[in-house]
Amino acid sequence: MLRFLSLFGQYFILLKKVFSKPEKGSIYYKQTMREMVYLGLNSVGIISVISFFMGSAITLQTAYNTENPIYPTYLIGLGCRDSIILEFSSTISALILAGKVGSNIASEIGTMRITEQIDALEMMGVNSASYIILPKLIATLVFNPLLTLLSITVGIIGGGMAGTLTGVITLQDFIYGIQYAFIPYYITYSIIKTLFFAFIITSVSAFQGYYVNGGSLEVGRASTKAVVFSSVLILLFNVILTQLLLS
Amino acid sequence: MIRVNNIDKSFSGKKVLDDISVTFETGKTNLIIGRSGSGKTVLLKSIVGLHDIDNGEIWYEDVLFNKLDFKERKEIRKQMGMLFQGSALFDSMTTEQNVRFPLDMFTNKSMEEKTETVNFCLKRVDIINANKLFPAELSGGMKKRVAIARAIALNPKYLFCDEPNSGLDPITAILIDELIKEITEEYSMTTIVNTHDMNSVMEIGEKIVFINEGVKCWEGTKNEILKSDCEILNDFVFANSLAKQLRSS
Repeated sequence: MLRFLSLFGQYFILLKKVFSKPEKGSIYYKQTMREMVYLGLNSVGIISVISFFMGSAITLQTAYNTENPIYPTYLIGLGCRDSIILEFSSTISALILAGKVGSNIASEIGTMRITEQIDALEMMGVNSASYIILPKLIATLVFNPLLTLLSITVGIIGGGMAGTLTGVITLQDFIYGIQYAFIPYYITYSIIKTLFFAFIITSVSAFQGYYVNGGSLEVGRASTKAVVFSSVLILLFNVILTQLLLS
Repeated sequence: MIRVNNIDKSFSGKKVLDDISVTFETGKTNLIIGRSGSGKTVLLKSIVGLHDIDNGEIWYEDVLFNKLDFKERKEIRKQMGMLFQGSALFDSMTTEQNVRFPLDMFTNKSMEEKTETVNFCLKRVDIINANKLFPAELSGGMKKRVAIARAIALNPKYLFCDEPNSGLDPITAILIDELIKEITEEYSMTTIVNTHDMNSVMEIGEKIVFINEGVKCWEGTKNEILKSDCEILNDFVFANSLAKQLRSS
């Protein structure tokens, strides 16, 4: 318990350092742009592929579970849309990104720590936590909602294609279903969740990397911890945010 | 001048530095020597403020450095340059970007002026045609040189070197030592070098401090070190068979 409280305190001390005034705005801007490419743009491929197949699977499973002729077939489109918007595009994408981006952040910062690059920054009088972590945080907070929107779009396209190609639903019915009883707030809900998840992935992974002590073995352990802790926190906050935002 | 008064430092209850007092003089290459694990790096990192000391004082000229907060230390840190054991070059930056980094961060110079300073520093450490190379593409000796170039980019008053020639062949090690000595004299800096290499001691040591198990055991010059009656120091200085033979002859 004491160790948990100590870690918790250390995490907030790090966040305080991260959110202190940047030394030079122009350098932070360049860093943020660089991180958007590394952490955001480079994740477009994996998010698109996963979302496409996720949408396809959801459509086929919904169709399998609504074979009863009482249910109109357009409900398959509706089910696919709501599942993707409410849960899959934000939560599953966040779990995927926790693995990809989280391990990347923890290992990058951990390596900087063990090779004394962080000491070199501190030595020069640069706030290393802010210089290294803040651009990553801004980049993921800006880019991850765009990835979620991309995931929703590609997921629905995937669902439509799987549904029509397998013959479980016509394209007209699917399009009618995804438009039927649409609640725009679901998109807002999904984006809010994504913002929380982006913050968790980046800050928890950066925390794990920043306090690495030792060698390459510890960097590996920090990466693993970053993914595990981020994933657990994402699932925990998924429940909390769902209760808060949808109840 | 840097003055250290009665400093102590412990990690998890284990005392690593015990009541160390020493003055490092301006324009001289001051050496901290000792066996691996004797506390040299902790002492150096405490002097530059990377470790907070438990007791004692660290003075930079007439400023009590260890009582300053992060913001107040910044002004003095701009006057420091440090060469780390593993060079600590930023992996994601090219040679040129590494050397330019302190200039980008702390000056308002134009890009032309910065490029001119970068090229001057790189030329000073004999790095030619490597501006666009990344640290992974440089040899160990080149990395040390680039790190020295980065350390002197802001024309510092204080230069700190942690094991500058570890992992280098003897000839490159001597070249790096000579470069540190030349730069110290040229810029009239206060330089502190951590080393366990006796070649460095005899090559560049003007003032030498010997640390053993966190305690200062001896201080003097390179001429005095060979005639010392400090038993532990003699074990360190005459550790290899060649030195033992020379001593007995």
